[in-house]
Amino acid sequence: MPLLAASAAAAALILLLVVLFLVREAWPVLGQGGWRKFFLDDAWYPLEGRFGLSPMIWATLAASVGAVLIAAPLGVVSAVFGHFYAGPAVKKLYSMMMALLAGIPSVVYGLWGLTVLVPLIARFEPPGASLLAAIVVLSLMILPTVALTSASALESVPQSLMRGAAALGMTRKGQILGVAVPAARVGIVGGILLALARALGETMAVLMVAGNVVQTPHSIFEPVRVLTANIALEMAYATGTHRAGLFASALLLTALVLLLASVAARIARNPRHG
Amino acid sequence: MIELNDDASTIFTVGQVQSGPPCCDPVPSMQVANVSVRYGTRTVLDQVTLDIYKGCITALIGPSGCGKTSFLSALNRLTDLVPGAHVSGRVLLDGQDVFDPKLDLMALRRRIGMIFQRPNPFPLSIRRNLELPLREHGVRGRQVLAGKIEATLRAVGLWDEVGDRLDSPAMALSGGQQQRLCIARALVLEPDVLLMDEPCSSLDPISSAVVEELILRLRGRYTIVIVTHNLAQARRIANYAAFFWMKERVGKLIEFDGCQQLFDAPKHELTAAYVSGARG
Amino acid sequence: MASQAGDRAFLAINYLVAALVAGVLLWILADMAWQGVQHLSWEFLTEQPRKSGRAGGIAPILVSTTLILAVAIAAAVPIGLGAAVWLAEYSKQSGQFAAGTRLSLDVLAGVPSIVFGLFGNAFFCVFLGLGFSILSGGLTLACMILPIFIRTCEHGLFAVNNDWRLAAAGLGMSRSSVIWHVLIPAAAPAIVAGLMLGIGRATAETAALIFTSGYVDRMPESLSDSGRALSVHIFDLSMNISGGDKAAYASALVLVVLIVAINVLAVALSDRWLTRRIVTA
Repeated sequence: MPLLAASAAAAALILLLVVLFLVREAWPVLGQGGWRKFFLDDAWYPLEGRFGLSPMIWATLAASVGAVLIAAPLGVVSAVFGHFYAGPAVKKLYSMMMALLAGIPSVVYGLWGLTVLVPLIARFEPPGASLLAAIVVLSLMILPTVALTSASALESVPQSLMRGAAALGMTRKGQILGVAVPAARVGIVGGILLALARALGETMAVLMVAGNVVQTPHSIFEPVRVLTANIALEMAYATGTHRAGLFASALLLTALVLLLASVAARIARNPRHG
Repeated sequence: MIELNDDASTIFTVGQVQSGPPCCDPVPSMQVANVSVRYGTRTVLDQVTLDIYKGCITALIGPSGCGKTSFLSALNRLTDLVPGAHVSGRVLLDGQDVFDPKLDLMALRRRIGMIFQRPNPFPLSIRRNLELPLREHGVRGRQVLAGKIEATLRAVGLWDEVGDRLDSPAMALSGGQQQRLCIARALVLEPDVLLMDEPCSSLDPISSAVVEELILRLRGRYTIVIVTHNLAQARRIANYAAFFWMKERVGKLIEFDGCQQLFDAPKHELTAAYVSGARG
Repeated sequence: MASQAGDRAFLAINYLVAALVAGVLLWILADMAWQGVQHLSWEFLTEQPRKSGRAGGIAPILVSTTLILAVAIAAAVPIGLGAAVWLAEYSKQSGQFAAGTRLSLDVLAGVPSIVFGLFGNAFFCVFLGLGFSILSGGLTLACMILPIFIRTCEHGLFAVNNDWRLAAAGLGMSRSSVIWHVLIPAAAPAIVAGLMLGIGRATAETAALIFTSGYVDRMPESLSDSGRALSVHIFDLSMNISGGDKAAYASALVLVVLIVAINVLAVALSDRWLTRRIVTA
């Protein structure tokens, strides 16, 4: 039916349009071999034609990887708790709570970070708005995602496997760590990668708590600016090559996120056995 | 037209039970010549030739996998829906070529109704289940629709059971009721031929008996082709029987005869072995 | 035995972590709810903001948010449902195009929201000339929720019992009739769930709206007016308005309640639909 096919075509077209318009806006910088500027320029002073993104790239990676390092173990253990140790009522409550938390908007997490976390950190190490604040807020945001995906990965471990482990007289700990988690590792790793992708793309919460100073972080108490926050902050007044530079940085970020997502998808498709 | 029977003791109202085969007009309603069915490279049915007689019940018997369901699907061209399915040969319905590409498929499927093994009423109300095919084929008018729906439900014996709750979900009915609703759904279009693929096999014994009784009463008014694994059922209700068997992994028709003859005096040794229970 | 001690220690760790995680997250929510409630009132929901939002209410903002969502739904549902039906029912004929469409949607689902904001700005605001408006914001959100909506609908349609398709074919029903009268009603729970998921995500969106629907906090008069969404309001109050914390908390509470309500509605609707189809053995 032609109308239906047109809808499908329209949906497929969106990605094309997105890429097209991003490249179009970014062309003034890209066209002149601007990519190299991102990594070779020493600092980000777009109005002077310097587009060094390195400090912000480091900040982005530090915040996201840091968040995953905290959220991944906590999320997986939460999922293990929900699936193996909690009674059915507690389990349902727990997963409802996780689903609820996963839906909380990032500005709300940012608001909490701004009004509670940053002053708290400032008491020990001013200014408070820092890489650490960004890491904490991000890990809170991605924890439910890791917990939910790990939980569903554990759910799909076949019962027969667990029964076999129990029949061998393995302890609960042994069954979980030795059998269930390895069997679910594809789903768990996929979930962690997705959480990392989400952390990389997160804008508002980090913008609100990280301090937004463009510098390569040398300590977690220093204020930093991540790529996404940079775009959000400067878009409001950027024109000409500056604006193009921001669009180009958006393309870079998107490429990174999509790379992660495709790795996650490939792992899901071809789990390595052994 | 379906008549309403005044006798309060009978549940079903489609004519009296006609006893004993053959009791009907041996005029072929459908003529099948050298029909073969293959899916991709795999042939499931090879060169089947038989006649389906008007007003009679023709039973297709034989073990699973012999292509009986594929044969049925070919008769109303449901095979068109299966990717990679090829049907060759010729099927005539009252002289009209069923495989003619210019044939109006909707009209064909109005004349040939199909009942499936698992009852599959639409996830809608009972009324909508019956209204939808009628509207689809151009019947309009609330009174006309309501009249046809009531008459058909009476014919299958469901009116007394569900007549007061036609807007309740069809999926909430029991298995036997669902299958009778599916039969009603096919009957409401006033077909000439009914194709039934093991209609009782997923029902409990009591529902099975009820549906079988209904099928018996449809005889004479409708031409029925029924696939069944239940030999006793075939003996009870069929006028003609066609025996299928697997040879070299391809389904073939071994013997086709009057039901009584096929069971009591089979011409082929395989048939004899199957109906006596020695094989199959 | 050492293994028993290890087992018990592991169990303790599990309970501890679960309690810690649950505790921290719930504490955050409770703290914010408590702070928010204090500033909440009927006037808050019905009045205009005063003093840049430190006082007064969020009425125009609620209206803008609703309008933006309405535009997003109006755009996403027809296209999304049409695309999902096409993918589920017709894609066997043109496998390449279908595979391409699915891939592009999967890719789109991973794009960060700020990038959508940039795209929305470049395409809807500038190229199509819609400017900062509710229309631009809504259409950008529609682009964001389409991938997940289409995927959920497609799965729902796939899962629809094939028996119904066969029965409809046997009755000589046309393809479009089957889709419209049988398959879509049967997949309704999945469709509604997908829509609610999308709406929930759209309501939480900020980065995509800042550069498309704008900051104006007056009551919008038409879809081409700029309007401030609730999430954007919270952002503005906390970052740019000193002393705006209290109002920010109250707005955050309203937003969270709204999202929870949408999710609960989604679950309730799909449950109700499912119980209407009791399948007996």
